[in-house]
Parts: sequence; structure tokens; C-alpha cells
Amino acid sequence: MRSRYDEQLSKLNEDLIEMGAMIEDAINKALKALEEQDVDAAKQVMENDSVIDEQEREIESQCLKLILIEQPVASDLRQVSAALKMITDMERVGDHAADISELCVYLKGSEPITNWTHMRDMAATATGMLTGAIDAYVKRDQTLAESVITRDDVVDDLFDEVKRDLLRLIREDASNGEQAIDLLQIAKYLERIGDHAVNIAEWVIFSITGMHKDTQVL
Amino acid sequence: MKEAAQRGNEKMEVMTFGSANGKEYGLNDTGRPVVNFDIKTRRTLRAPDGDDTKTGNENAAKAKHCFDIGNLDLFYGDFQALKNVNMGIEQGEVTAFIGPSGCGKSTLIKTLNRMNDLVEGCRVTGDVELFGENIYGAIDVNLLRKRVGMVFQKPNPFPLSVYDNIAFGPRTHGVRSRYELDKIVETSLRDTAIWDEVKDRLKKPALDLSGGQQQRLCIARALAVSPEVILLDEPTSALDPVSTGKIEELLLTLRGKYSIIIVTHNMQQAARISDKTAFFLLGEAIEYNDTETMFAMPKDKRTEDYITGRFG
Repeated sequence: MRSRYDEQLSKLNEDLIEMGAMIEDAINKALKALEEQDVDAAKQVMENDSVIDEQEREIESQCLKLILIEQPVASDLRQVSAALKMITDMERVGDHAADISELCVYLKGSEPITNWTHMRDMAATATGMLTGAIDAYVKRDQTLAESVITRDDVVDDLFDEVKRDLLRLIREDASNGEQAIDLLQIAKYLERIGDHAVNIAEWVIFSITGMHKDTQVL
Repeated sequence: MKEAAQRGNEKMEVMTFGSANGKEYGLNDTGRPVVNFDIKTRRTLRAPDGDDTKTGNENAAKAKHCFDIGNLDLFYGDFQALKNVNMGIEQGEVTAFIGPSGCGKSTLIKTLNRMNDLVEGCRVTGDVELFGENIYGAIDVNLLRKRVGMVFQKPNPFPLSVYDNIAFGPRTHGVRSRYELDKIVETSLRDTAIWDEVKDRLKKPALDLSGGQQQRLCIARALAVSPEVILLDEPTSALDPVSTGKIEELLLTLRGKYSIIIVTHNMQQAARISDKTAFFLLGEAIEYNDTETMFAMPKDKRTEDYITGRFG
């Protein structure tokens, strides 16, 4: 029964997973480009952002059509509405990957002033959260989604460490200031990616339990 | 009172409403109007023997329920149509009964004003209390049906004028004053938002109205005897979307003043207008909860499968 409806719901699921893979790929490439000062790779990430935007619009359209035509209820409604909310955060992660790549192009040629340790940890944690949130959606795993939310504190603490590193570098030599500000922006983007992963995880929990941030939404 | 409702032996098929213009008017068990039926087949709406063992305190505790249904079983001959139904129906709210055909939802609604008395071989055991009073005990069934009105799937006005359709019930219950009747007719028609459409044709045959108007007239007819509960058995399934919308709006305005119980196959309708929803399957009440919860987070897999259209 309702086989066409079920097909549409599983296509929505597949497309969302695909978008997840796209943004994971974008963020990993952006960070690699940054460390390796690979401007071509950075430009490719910036160009690909429009593909991510297109995927968001495609999923949005699918969700609205499902609501219009199938009037989903219960777990179907939670799946469709969670998808509609999640893609906004996913698209913003894609934007941040492009933003980091843009700064990477800008930083090209300058001698790195920092040892990257905290920044690298931050990137690893934030992308790990993103992967976790999308995995949690795919596997409908509430525990995994909850672990993503708790990991946000690690990213926030690392952001403070990066800020301290950069302040020290400016204090040591005022000419580090310009690069330090660019690097601070990158750190802020990574911190925001962690926040978006939290938002995605919260909608995953909603799609399983109907609760969003301890509030009964439906 | 577990065996309060053993049916009598009479073979009766018509629920009588009363007489007008020298003719008898009644409804059969599917709600179709019957005129001038054979008087011998008319059910004498005599209450079976029974006693009401509930104390005042027990009744007060249930005051916020219009109906309390306990351990209710219903049989048509050997077939068990309702199985151990237990539920309290909130006063002043809209309660929707949903479920696939044959699940027992219409049977249950007909149990609440003893329309099932009209079905041969029907046997009821268990408790059905209206505001604490056992309706299968010592009760005047005519009075019960005044207190618990019913509207059917197909509009079923009597072949009388608009006015006489509404005045029929009050007249049967002893209202004679023209002034009183005029007032009841106008109030009932206003309450059902059809007054402006029919005020100039009160003496015209009710059957000349459109289907949607006829159905609102039938609701007005139910309101005319000041019921406490209104039962509606798929009241919009024969109507177009505009008429359906009007009936739904109407039910929302009547909510609070009356307790409303509606059987519907339209799940979006249940979601739109009801406060509570009960899902039935094979004679069992599977799940009964706030409508929003039922449609957002149903607890039972069978409810989820049914409302998402994956049942079967």
C-alpha cells in the first residue's frame, strides 16, 4: 500500500544522505586546501557550493510536494518536517566550507603563523559532529544524535584555545594581526559548523521522538 | 452492571419519532427516514429492567465525562462487534472515532443512544453511563435519544417543511406554543448557520434543499431538542468539500456547548476538528488519546500503520 508514497519518502532520505555526503566532502576539502595552501582545491569547493544549494532546493521542493499531496502524519510527518529544517543547517555548513576556502585563497603565500594544533582538533571535532549527526539521521540513532550535542562543548573550548593562541601571536608581533584575524574567522566558521551539527542532531531526535530541545513540538 | 443490556424479544425495525399530519415518522437503524410504517413493527421504546448501582460520589468523580464506557462487549448474533471497550468521553469536546470499515466505530456510536436496539439479534454487555447514569438500566429511551442526538451519513430530513422538521422533536416532547416553537426553530437554524439560507423558505419542503443544507438541517433538528451529546456518523461523507467545510466549521462552533462524537473515514477531518481521537480495529479500541498526539506520535504500531495509510 502507498508504494509511490514510500518511494518518495525513501528518495527524500537518499537525497538528504547525499547532501550530507556533499557537505562533509566540502568541509574536508576546504580544510585540506587551507593546510596545504592548495588554491585550486579551495576554488573547487567554492564552485561546488552552488551544487549544494541546488540540492537544498531540490529537497525542499520534495518536502513541500509531499506535504501538499500526501498530507503525511505521525512518523512520516516528523521525517518530512525534520528534513525541511535540517537542510537549512546543512546548506549553511556548505556556505562555511566555501567561506573557509575563500580565506584560504586570500592567505595563499603568507607564512603560517600558527602551529595549527588546536585549529586541526577543532576541525576534526566539528566535522566529526557533522558526520555523527548525518549518521544518526540515516540510522535513526537517538543516542548518537545526543552524543553530537554534548560534543559541542569540546568545539567551544577549542575555539577559546585558538583565540588565546592568536592573541598571543598578535602580542608577540603586531604584524601577525592581519593573518590572525583571518584565522580567527576560520575558527569561528568551524565553531558555527559545530552549532549547525547540533541543530541537525536536534531535528534527528525530533524525527524519532517528536520532542525538539525538550519541547513537545507535535 | 455487566448484563444490563440483554435485548428484549420484540422484532422491531423503526425508531419512532412521533406523528404529524396523521402520519407516523421514524428512522430505521441506518438512519433512513420512514413514514407511515406498519405500526406493528414499531419498536416500543420501553426500557429493559435494570438498576443503577452507582453512588453519587462515584458519579461526581466522572463528571467531566459525558460518557463512561466500561467492559463493553457487543454481539450481533454470534459475531462479536465490540470487544471490551473502555473509555471516558470528555464533556464539551469533539471526540473522533476512526478505523477501517467494520472496526466497530459506528456500532459503538449507535450503542451510545441505543440505536442498536433496532438491530435484530444485537446483545450488549458492560456499562455505558451518560453522566453517571447507566443507559442500559432503568431509563426512558426516548428521553435518552433526546439527550443524545444523532446525525447520519446521508442527510435524512423528513418529507416535511423545513420548519416542521425542526419543530418535530420539540412537539413530540410536548412543546405546543407557537411562539416557543418559532424561537426553537430560529435558534436551531441560526446555531447551525443555515438560518440566512432558509429563513424565507421555512414552509418549503426540506427535501428541496441541497445535500449540504439538508445535513445542516439535520444537525439543527438534533439541536432543537436541546441534547447534551451529538453523535455524528460520517456526517460529511456524502457532501462536497464546501459543504464539508461548513459542517466542520459548525461543529467547532458547537464544541463546548455540546459534547460531540463523530465517526469519520476522513483522517484529516478528525485531525482538524477533534480534541480526542480513538482508533478502532476489529472491534477493539486500540488507542485513544489527544488528537494531536494521535497524529504526531501514535503509541501503537497499528494506529501508525492505519493513519499513515500502510494498514493492510
